[in-house]
Amino acid sequence: MNINASGLDYKELNEALRKAGRGKCSITDCLGQRFLAAGISECEITVSGIPGNALGAYLNGARIEVMGNAQDAVGDTMNDGAIVIHGNVGDAVGYAMRGGHIYVQGNAGYRAGIHMKAYEQKQPALVIGGKAGSFLGEYQAGGTIIVLGLYDDDRPIVGNFPSTGMHGGKMFLRSDCKGIRFPEQVHTHPSTDEDMAQIEHFLRHFCTYFGHDLKALLDSPFTTVVPDSGNPYRQMYVAN
Amino acid sequence: MREQFIYPDFEVERNKERCIACRVCERQCANEVHRFDAELGVMLSDESKCVNCQRCVSLCPTRALKIVKSDCRLRENANWSDSTIKEIYKQANSGGVLLSSMGNPKPLPVYWDKILINASQVTNPPIDPLREPMETKVFLGKKPERIKRDEDGNIITEIAPQLELSMPVMFSAMSYGSISYNAHASLARAATELGICYNTGEGGLHEDFYVYGPNTVVQVASGRFGVHKDYLEAAAAVEIKMGQGAKPGIGGHLPGTKIVGDISRTRMIPEGSDAISPAPHHDIYSIEDLRQLVYSLKEATEYKKPVIVKVAAVHNIAAIASGIARSGADIIAIDGFRGGTGAAPTRIRDNVGIPIELALASVDQRLRDEGIRNNVSLVIGGSVRSAADVVKAVALGADAVYVATAALLALGCHLCRTCQSGKCNWGIATQNPDLVKRLNPDIGSQRLVNLMTAWRHEIKELMGGMGINSIESLRGNRLMLRGVGLNTKELEILGISHAGE
Repeated sequence: MNINASGLDYKELNEALRKAGRGKCSITDCLGQRFLAAGISECEITVSGIPGNALGAYLNGARIEVMGNAQDAVGDTMNDGAIVIHGNVGDAVGYAMRGGHIYVQGNAGYRAGIHMKAYEQKQPALVIGGKAGSFLGEYQAGGTIIVLGLYDDDRPIVGNFPSTGMHGGKMFLRSDCKGIRFPEQVHTHPSTDEDMAQIEHFLRHFCTYFGHDLKALLDSPFTTVVPDSGNPYRQMYVAN
Repeated sequence: MREQFIYPDFEVERNKERCIACRVCERQCANEVHRFDAELGVMLSDESKCVNCQRCVSLCPTRALKIVKSDCRLRENANWSDSTIKEIYKQANSGGVLLSSMGNPKPLPVYWDKILINASQVTNPPIDPLREPMETKVFLGKKPERIKRDEDGNIITEIAPQLELSMPVMFSAMSYGSISYNAHASLARAATELGICYNTGEGGLHEDFYVYGPNTVVQVASGRFGVHKDYLEAAAAVEIKMGQGAKPGIGGHLPGTKIVGDISRTRMIPEGSDAISPAPHHDIYSIEDLRQLVYSLKEATEYKKPVIVKVAAVHNIAAIASGIARSGADIIAIDGFRGGTGAAPTRIRDNVGIPIELALASVDQRLRDEGIRNNVSLVIGGSVRSAADVVKAVALGADAVYVATAALLALGCHLCRTCQSGKCNWGIATQNPDLVKRLNPDIGSQRLVNLMTAWRHEIKELMGGMGINSIESLRGNRLMLRGVGLNTKELEILGISHAGE
């Protein structure tokens, strides 16, 4: 099934997509239509062109592959499924994600993976091939965020204030993280073999999607970031 | 230096002639005020732990107990009240932020009490609701601006999704976590029986309550707890929580100690981990951003459900509401500064926000002036205490009201304002299974139905007195209101005349 998105607004495009039902669907000439595939459960969507903000919001099991860049709020409050972006993404990718996987070939903007959470078998993951902007993993409550820092552009692997308010989950940065300031309530350590074993399958998928060599990825040191407590704001209150 | 001693606020008076040492008070008090001294064969009490929740008083079979305000006072001082001084001692002792619960208890003006309702005399006769049909049903949502017809001249009846309520009242947001399973069950069942809605708050929806979906408003807050496709699908409407009257401008924080069992599963966070709702939505910095969240929810629910945007009543509320009305929201909910909460910093609860009466009047006026009043319905909350408050709110311009504190009172709450302790002896604001089971949802829901049935009848009587037989004719009908003891500015904002005018 093919949907040509030119001339369709987001409402019409989503209606066409819902009508297409299960199975494979390719969307061509996408030009900034927002909310693409919002809440959709079962289908495999390939998008050529540039989808607008909130691609795959509340995504509920569908698989989306974008053959180019995507904009802000990709996978907002995503519950299940996969989003693969062959390019860069804007701000707040994977906001409050609670399941499923997002793979970004290039860079991500500000506030990637903020307030990501996990519960039992629902373990979301966000893998960013390039660099991430400021406030990466802010308020992270669960799940896995991986930043690989590929494509050397002299920028640090993350911007300012990574993992502020982090109180769950894990973050892995392919860097020794020298010069990066983390807040007091997280611990960082060079990734151990055990850490690397946890993320190996994510890295394998990344290499498959974007044609990288796993060995080359593993040649650089990784840093693991974990919160020191599930209760970061146990600011002392006094009953009144 | 040792901690400053703070004399207890309350004293437990036990009538020794009546006390039979049955130890009911001891078993009922989660604060462990009462204990039995086996040697002396008498009940003793530690009043320093008492929060005056009246549980022991209510259940004492011989009416032997009374909780009284302590008369051990500090030296009188009009500037430094006892409570102000005690707050300083508490902070000097602990270094902690003062934490309180429920609504603002300060003696700030209650405008409802300074507004009087009209009645018909001689002309335009009153209507007897016992004899004549009266309509209290309301539909919340975007209304069409004009009648549209198809090619054959027939009226196009398709309109934006509406929330149908049998009376202009809904139970406002209280999360599963801040209140108990049995409290949620009571609210959900009562809302269904009454044909109104209750609101999940931001803690997600327990799987047992999906059956009450048609009478449920689900909330999407900054922490996005429990938000997923099925949750949105289950609901009658989706509410985006931007703010709350009891604590405008700050987020929520359910401590890890309350994240147990089902709460953990419903919010989808591990047991013992804090549930943090940040102060802002991190993707909303403008009305355009709000519009994006509104429409992402509409897309995810295929435009079948109205979207509510809830904000706290703050200084520029009219401009804020105007922006929200243009964001695509179907309903605006405004929560005044007396709204309750399971926990809020005292300073925020008591000093931030504005009275809902003024906020409502100015928002309704602003939306009318801009010609966009029909784009949205207005729901207000923040201490609507009676049917008279409901009628006054509707006449000031509200389509419906949110009530929560009154609903909790119906469930047994005695407004002791210590929800933050998690030791609610009435089984409401607690997750302790032994306490939760004290609230029987069969009785709880029936009491809520009783309360709202009574209010509905009172609303009809008040409307009938004015010669109005439909709530729709009352909405924004400020001629039916008069102020008493209000200054010119207050009357101007409320858009009403003074009594006698």
